[in-house]
Amino acid sequence: MSEVITANRLIDGIVVFQAENGWVEDFAQATIYDNAEASKQALARAKEDEARDVVVDSYAIVVEMRSGHYAPKALREIIRAAGPTTRPDLGKQAQGQSPRFVEGR
Amino acid sequence: MYRYDEFDAAFVAQRVNQFRDQVDRRVKGELTEDQFRPHRLMNGLYLQLHAYMLRIAVPYGTLASRQMRKLAEIARKYDRGYGHFTTRQNLQFHWPALKDVPDILAELASVEMHSIQTSGNCIRNVTADHFAGATADEIADPRPYAEIIRQWSSLHPEFSFLPRKFKIAVNAAPKDRAAIQAHDIGLQIVRNDEGEIGFTVYVGGGLGRTPMIAHKVRDFLPEADLLAYIAAILRVYNLEGRRDNKFKARVKILVHEKGEAAMREAVEQEFAAGARDGLELPRAEIERIRAYFALPALEAKKPVSERCERRRGKDAKFSSFMQRNVAPHKVPGYAIVTISLKPIGGTPGDCSADQMDAVADLAEDYSADELRVSHEQNLVLPHVALDDLPAVYDRLASVGLATPNAGLISDIISCPGLDYCTLATARSIPIAQRISQRFGDGARAREIGPLKIKISGCINACGHHHVGHIGILGLERAGEETYQITLGGSGDETASLGQITGPGFSTETVVDAVETIVSTYLGLRRDPSEDFLAAFRRVGMAPFKEALYERSAGSDI
Repeated sequence: MSEVITANRLIDGIVVFQAENGWVEDFAQATIYDNAEASKQALARAKEDEARDVVVDSYAIVVEMRSGHYAPKALREIIRAAGPTTRPDLGKQAQGQSPRFVEGR
Repeated sequence: MYRYDEFDAAFVAQRVNQFRDQVDRRVKGELTEDQFRPHRLMNGLYLQLHAYMLRIAVPYGTLASRQMRKLAEIARKYDRGYGHFTTRQNLQFHWPALKDVPDILAELASVEMHSIQTSGNCIRNVTADHFAGATADEIADPRPYAEIIRQWSSLHPEFSFLPRKFKIAVNAAPKDRAAIQAHDIGLQIVRNDEGEIGFTVYVGGGLGRTPMIAHKVRDFLPEADLLAYIAAILRVYNLEGRRDNKFKARVKILVHEKGEAAMREAVEQEFAAGARDGLELPRAEIERIRAYFALPALEAKKPVSERCERRRGKDAKFSSFMQRNVAPHKVPGYAIVTISLKPIGGTPGDCSADQMDAVADLAEDYSADELRVSHEQNLVLPHVALDDLPAVYDRLASVGLATPNAGLISDIISCPGLDYCTLATARSIPIAQRISQRFGDGARAREIGPLKIKISGCINACGHHHVGHIGILGLERAGEETYQITLGGSGDETASLGQITGPGFSTETVVDAVETIVSTYLGLRRDPSEDFLAAFRRVGMAPFKEALYERSAGSDI
């Protein structure tokens, strides 16, 4: 099971994903953790960032391959990674940042 | 309208400064999230799916033009160019940055608005009939009483940490437009045989995961005892309400477990034991507050406007608007105009900054500077001269706000659902959009007649689905959205909870299921005057169940 670590940025609440060099807004740049131990360690680093007041409410989400690209498995997380399904002009999808498979929705 | 006195202004300004300091300390790391969360919630600031969400109180749903303009300005300057009006007559911004919220609150304070007590286990924004002060059928304007309760309950030391949140609604017309029986306390303004004003008091209503219709605990409460009696109810609740389980902490559970008679006795005992001391409302104070809500000076006019009738005769769309969105005013020659925030295919309750400005201008030009927000997620121009209706209609149409569907099937209440809300289990807005596209606002919708569809994206029921004539509850089963349908709910003076039809429907089939329900109703109603709710109450669930699960392939479970 592959996972990505996500959170909301403290200062503005924007959804962010853990990458090798910090937190990124674009799901496509998130680091994918392919085993439970790596994911656990990554989440521990995220909690340190919470303690440093960089992000809030960090947790791991399950991701899966769809059409050759990783995407969140749960609809809730797809919506967080892309934006409201009813407003393509809002959220990350408006900045070309949605997971690949939801592009052109 | 109520205007802040020196105390109010100082109180709100002080609160803005306090929150600015709290945000500053949070950003600097001097407060942890656990320490900060209660402070931000006390100022209506949640963390939602995409960003923070700021809930702004619109006390009893009344706004002045300058306040609406300020909301538009905030939407442009700090948010994404729109706001969302809610079933609590409030406004929510879905994208503010934490760092900007103190400035937003300062902007709000400059027009006598705030976010205090829009979250937390306290007495929330007091709601009222959105036609208050204008409708021909009210006994008295309910807003002065709502304002008195607001002042008394703001930062009330005894009732700021209740077992759970507490919602009070006030209605003053025989027609209940404030859904008072779905509130923790519902107040119906009545007159006794002596002609004195008082309240019929309901306690223990609520929706959420355990929906309950409120119990009547007092037929007639004298006006002067309003606060003392509410205090007695709250005191019983504060002492006896459950704090061991968040889901059983609302007063409705206490009333249910204790029993209506025992609750009434406990409240009456508390009331008799001295809750009245110091809380009796002086008549002069009631009159002082009432004066703020005086009917604007409306020049008497002919009860029928020739200009309006001429337009009606030649413009079918205007005629539909008149039929659906215009209600009788207490002053001859005037009307109450409902501005539907339910454009076909749109998001229920959403309003762009440009639309807010346009509505503010209309209120200033044609409605004595007043606006209302309804719990049905619409706006209201309460005092429009009949002669001005064509002009008001044209200006509304020019900004996409003349949808003639108030009270019809496409005038749907919907919570933000999984598109925005962290609690949601399914999307609700797309279902509302597809239903409104299916039925529209034209001849078909008018043929169906009055029909309230209410959609919630989780069991917390912010979309009031339990009291929808057709209620839709979005759930998640095995990773898929599924929609449970209830029929026969009502939030008015004949309040009732909807009954579940049976197994749920998928995203693909739920709109067809609504169509099946509507077709069944059209086939069995006695005549067009028998609306959906009346027909359902006459025939019961059986024909609908049969149509949904036996005759059609509607269900996929």
